[in-house]
Amino acid sequence: MSGRLSDRWWLANSWEPAVFGLLAVAPLIIPEFAGGLGGQFTTVMILGVAALGLNVMVGFTGLLHLGIAAFLGIGGMTLAILTVPTNPLEIGFLPAVLASVGVTAAVGLFLGAPTLRLRGDYLAVVTLVFGEVVRALLCNLEQITGGMQGLGPVPPPGAGVIVGGVDLGRSFIVDARWFYYLALAVLGAVVLLLRGIERSALGRAWIAVREDALAAATLGISVTRVRLSAFAIAAAIAGLAGSLSVASLGTTGDPNAFGFNRSVAILCAVILGGLGSIPGTLVGVAILFGFDIVVIPWADGWLQQLQPPTWRTEPLSLGSWRLALVGVALIVMMRFRPEGLVPSRRLAAELHEARQ
Amino acid sequence: MTLPAFLQQCVLGLTSGGFLGLIAVGYTLVYGTVGLIHFAHGDVVMLGGCLAVGLLSLLAPFAFDPLVGWLMIVLVTISCGFFCGGLNMAIDRLVYRPLRQAPPLAPLVSAVGVSFILMNVGLLWLGSTDQAFPDLVTNAGSPALRSPVTMADLVVLSLVLPALIGLAILLQRTRFGRSLRSVAAVSRVTTPTGGADQFISATFFLGGFLGGVASVAASIHTATINYQMGYQTGLYALAAAVLGGIGSVPGAIVGGLLVGLIRAFSTVVLGPRWAAAAVFLVLIVILAFRPEGLFGQKRRERRPA
Repeated sequence: MSGRLSDRWWLANSWEPAVFGLLAVAPLIIPEFAGGLGGQFTTVMILGVAALGLNVMVGFTGLLHLGIAAFLGIGGMTLAILTVPTNPLEIGFLPAVLASVGVTAAVGLFLGAPTLRLRGDYLAVVTLVFGEVVRALLCNLEQITGGMQGLGPVPPPGAGVIVGGVDLGRSFIVDARWFYYLALAVLGAVVLLLRGIERSALGRAWIAVREDALAAATLGISVTRVRLSAFAIAAAIAGLAGSLSVASLGTTGDPNAFGFNRSVAILCAVILGGLGSIPGTLVGVAILFGFDIVVIPWADGWLQQLQPPTWRTEPLSLGSWRLALVGVALIVMMRFRPEGLVPSRRLAAELHEARQ
Repeated sequence: MTLPAFLQQCVLGLTSGGFLGLIAVGYTLVYGTVGLIHFAHGDVVMLGGCLAVGLLSLLAPFAFDPLVGWLMIVLVTISCGFFCGGLNMAIDRLVYRPLRQAPPLAPLVSAVGVSFILMNVGLLWLGSTDQAFPDLVTNAGSPALRSPVTMADLVVLSLVLPALIGLAILLQRTRFGRSLRSVAAVSRVTTPTGGADQFISATFFLGGFLGGVASVAASIHTATINYQMGYQTGLYALAAAVLGGIGSVPGAIVGGLLVGLIRAFSTVVLGPRWAAAAVFLVLIVILAFRPEGLFGQKRRERRPA
């Protein structure tokens, strides 16, 4: 386990509060956070929430899941269906988020129950294929999901709530920092929640089942129930991330964004950072998605300014090389540091033992 | 559905099932020998298609006769086979071999990394849009001929059938084929000896070669190619391999034919956009009842990383 057995269990390491503090203060100093930059950071943090969810399955419980983005899609779509003005429900942001979490947890159980018998690789294929089925449903059930255009406009949180003469929902649209702080708060809450679970009986059971399901069963742990709980909790956290993402974008957008590529990208972030490690997962997300969402657009803008206009026909851009860059990073990591950048201590010890 | 329409979908399903089966064999052989889902296999196939487009566009002006065109296609198919086989071998040598003793997740993630790199190569090679596949046999894709067999179907069959027959002979009659089958039936190759490495290399070459043949067949079948084809076709083929029971070569081919037929008929009955969902739902349902696939053997669960 990555957490030390101290009284202050919520502080797994000393730099984490510093990073969260920096993230909380930065938008107050740098004005660009009110616009595009704030939106980009919000997206990265929301993906961080999703990655934490995936880490429950792959990292803590050792179940390879290749369809996590489908739960982002289901969560986002549930929120949109419950809140868009064209539907009669319009139940408002908070109840809709809770409903998304509930629906995704239920779908997670629904996927988990029949697939528990499958071996590791088969489970990976089934979750991958499940993700494709969900994507097809989101694309094709046009009356409900809006098809390829997606469903929108999703009203922002607090729409219609007047605080001090200003519509709260309007502030969310005008200033990207509102969503930024919402995402930061959710990310912090999920970190604390998972750190609590990690130290509870359930968290220990997850790891016991990952290490040796048979041995765990002989100790009276119900392997089925423990695995199912991981399925449901991972799905619920991903659903929470999906509903936040859709709310911040104002639409569900093209359902293809919830396909295999997104699932694999989130998985890569978890593995890059360190399977089974909460700070590792966050570092992986910061590097992979920070690179993809924040650095590449910035670097490409810069590169375009640098090149003479005659090159414009085939502009040199990092964007067209990003797949290869991520691919090389993954291969190099697996070769030289398979435990990730900020590994969970137990897994690191195991991996190095296995290589000798 | 009328009888001609029914027959037409059968032909369509069996031809596409044939090349899906060939790709599925690539997944299954690698899984049988090293116990790895070779996620980059679909992208190797896609690059084979890229090479075929390049070569055939060069040759197109000289294809004055359908027969000459067909011969050119056969030649290009064989070169694509060697290209994909070599590429597959190189991937194994450079990426997977150093990870032979590592826990199973490490090669799997590396496979995803290789897939990304190959996809990026395809993106730079083809651009981000669909490319038309050169039509060397006159009106191969012409809809006028579709009753119930088109020229394209015949060309695809003329590539897929010899490959399948060759594979069967190789597996039944040669020393390599017999050891391949016994390895797949008993366990993975785990001893890191020189002989094992050669054997694994040969397996990767064989899988890649069949994938290269399938890449030309698949491109003729759809008449277009794009850099995401490796992922799309590869996913169907992986579904086929798992459906048949991954590790089993006959299972992969039967799985390929089944996936081809399900896809063809769901395209007509439910509409083209439901085809993928139909195939994958069938896979999930079958796995829920028969977790080892149709022809697979029960094995002890390996510990995941």
